[in-house]
Amino acid sequence: MAAIETNDIIVLSDVTKAFGTFQALKGINATIQEGEFFSLLGPSGCGKTTLLRMIAGFDEPTTGSISIDDKPMAGISANKRPTNMVFQSYAIFPHLTVAENVGYGLKTRKLPKKEIAAEVGKALDMVDLHGLGHRGAHELSGGQRQRVALARALVMKPKVILLDEPLSALDKKLRDQMQVELRSLQQSLGITFILVTHDQEEALIMSDRIAVMFEGEIAQLDTPEGLYRRPRTKRVASFIGVMNFLSAKLTGEKDDALTLTIDALGDVTVPRSIAPIGLDPAGIDAVGIRPEMLTVLMDETDTAERSVKGTITATSYYGDMTYYDVQLPGDGAPVTISMRNTAGRSVLPQGSEVSVGWGADSIVLFE
Amino acid sequence: MSRSRKAFSARALTVYALLYMLFLYAPVILLPLFAFNDATIVSFPLKGFTTKWFDVLWTTEALHGAVRNSMIVAVSTALLSTVLGACAARASSRYRFPGKRPVMGFIMLPLVLPEIIVAVALLVLLMQLGMSLSLWTVILGHVLICTPFSIAILSSAFQGLDTSLEEASFDLGETRWGTFYRVILPLVMPGVISSLLICFTISLDEFIIAFFLTGTDVTLPVYIWSQLRFPTKLPSVMALGTILLALSVVLLILAEWFRRRSARKQGLEASAAGGFM
Repeated sequence: MAAIETNDIIVLSDVTKAFGTFQALKGINATIQEGEFFSLLGPSGCGKTTLLRMIAGFDEPTTGSISIDDKPMAGISANKRPTNMVFQSYAIFPHLTVAENVGYGLKTRKLPKKEIAAEVGKALDMVDLHGLGHRGAHELSGGQRQRVALARALVMKPKVILLDEPLSALDKKLRDQMQVELRSLQQSLGITFILVTHDQEEALIMSDRIAVMFEGEIAQLDTPEGLYRRPRTKRVASFIGVMNFLSAKLTGEKDDALTLTIDALGDVTVPRSIAPIGLDPAGIDAVGIRPEMLTVLMDETDTAERSVKGTITATSYYGDMTYYDVQLPGDGAPVTISMRNTAGRSVLPQGSEVSVGWGADSIVLFE
Repeated sequence: MSRSRKAFSARALTVYALLYMLFLYAPVILLPLFAFNDATIVSFPLKGFTTKWFDVLWTTEALHGAVRNSMIVAVSTALLSTVLGACAARASSRYRFPGKRPVMGFIMLPLVLPEIIVAVALLVLLMQLGMSLSLWTVILGHVLICTPFSIAILSSAFQGLDTSLEEASFDLGETRWGTFYRVILPLVMPGVISSLLICFTISLDEFIIAFFLTGTDVTLPVYIWSQLRFPTKLPSVMALGTILLALSVVLLILAEWFRRRSARKQGLEASAAGGFM
């Protein structure tokens, strides 16, 4: 067996899980590093929560193994694992006060009362709930409950904190604020966080690395930037942000370059290195280009590496941004273009004839 | 016009409600009335105030035995039924198993079976097994009819329990027993107390099964029934009934007070958490 690197905190090898005939997880392999903010991102039913629950010890894998901090976890129950969970429902004990909730786990460790009180106080300070220890669980707002759940996990000083869609019950404003707070808390404490979410924006904002999961498999494991800029499949590309797909085919191949003919955009030669690992160039049937990588050119002075004529079929004004749907030559679907509404940039009405600027370095190849 | 009609229907409703209350409680009120009446014959007009019937109770040894027997039976029944009911309620609310519906259905069946059938069937069975009748056979019969009530009460308590609370406790390092003791039990406590009190009350005034299955030790209802043959004993039976009535009211108020207090502690509306009052 190969030596496990010292900074790997969780190693998942060939983890599968079957519920009856339903294969919830089909062989998960991943390594999570110490101090990392790791996200499991995917639509509901992709197996992300199942995986989290198996790391926590609420479920055992059908086959494969999970090891935490170099120790195999098979047969070790949740109450003996160095992980603590923040539940989607928060699972605040309703009959206990905030302080009793936070100190719940410390009491099982048989610590003296004074020590528990001190630790609880520290944890409450960490999550900005200073002085609310005496409150009953039912007197808390949604955001406060979330903080109590977090404090209750933090106070245990676990190796890993598991978060099961912790922000999904909060309203948008509070959610945005908590994303930033959670991230900075994680960075200052250096504890490994594993987050389960279906919200791609949330995953991008908070994570060091993200595993995108579909149907019980990891489709891509990458940094947020890697996922957004170099999605490996069309499915990942359209799950993370918005992606315009244009039909394309390979028309020329050299040692270090690929020449493609793209519908509506024409011929382009790109370095072979932009192709995702494992992609067969002959199999390329589409390229992707993000809305912000396309530009609606305003006038003659507005230039781009390349440009193509098009007609605006829809305009959506968002205040800071304007989204255009533009029909390019050919019979493909209109592409979406996002433009920042900087000074001097007017909003163009539907039906306008425009030039669309783009660059060869912003395209992504798909098969 | 419409205003006076509204006032009329409001008054009619009040009268109806009062009549209904009278119908419900007048017979019950007769009990203390005659218990303090200074006459052997139970009839109007009342003769005068006395507490001598209570004094009679105080000196009747056979009654004390019956009370003691009833207490033993009722307390054992309440405890056993609630433990069994808790297990069944927990299983039915938490686990899925083959044949769950029919199994639960059969467990709940004694709720609607005529008691006399249950009593005769149990008697035949016990005779066949060669067991002698005692307080234990009465307890057995009472547990059989009380357990469904206990399950019905505790099911709602267990169903209201969020699974993630148990998982959270387990996740925080607590054992299964610790979780039961620190999380589950406090949260289902109102249900448990409700179940204990209901089973206690059912057992205390149950007659048919006790009548069939009792040996030489009679329970209170069986004792009362035996006393009804002697007209002179009637006023003291009334006194006994009065004591039981007062006891039941106190028990019910106590149960409700417990339930509301724990509901408030959990931040639930007292009315939303179920209960009997």
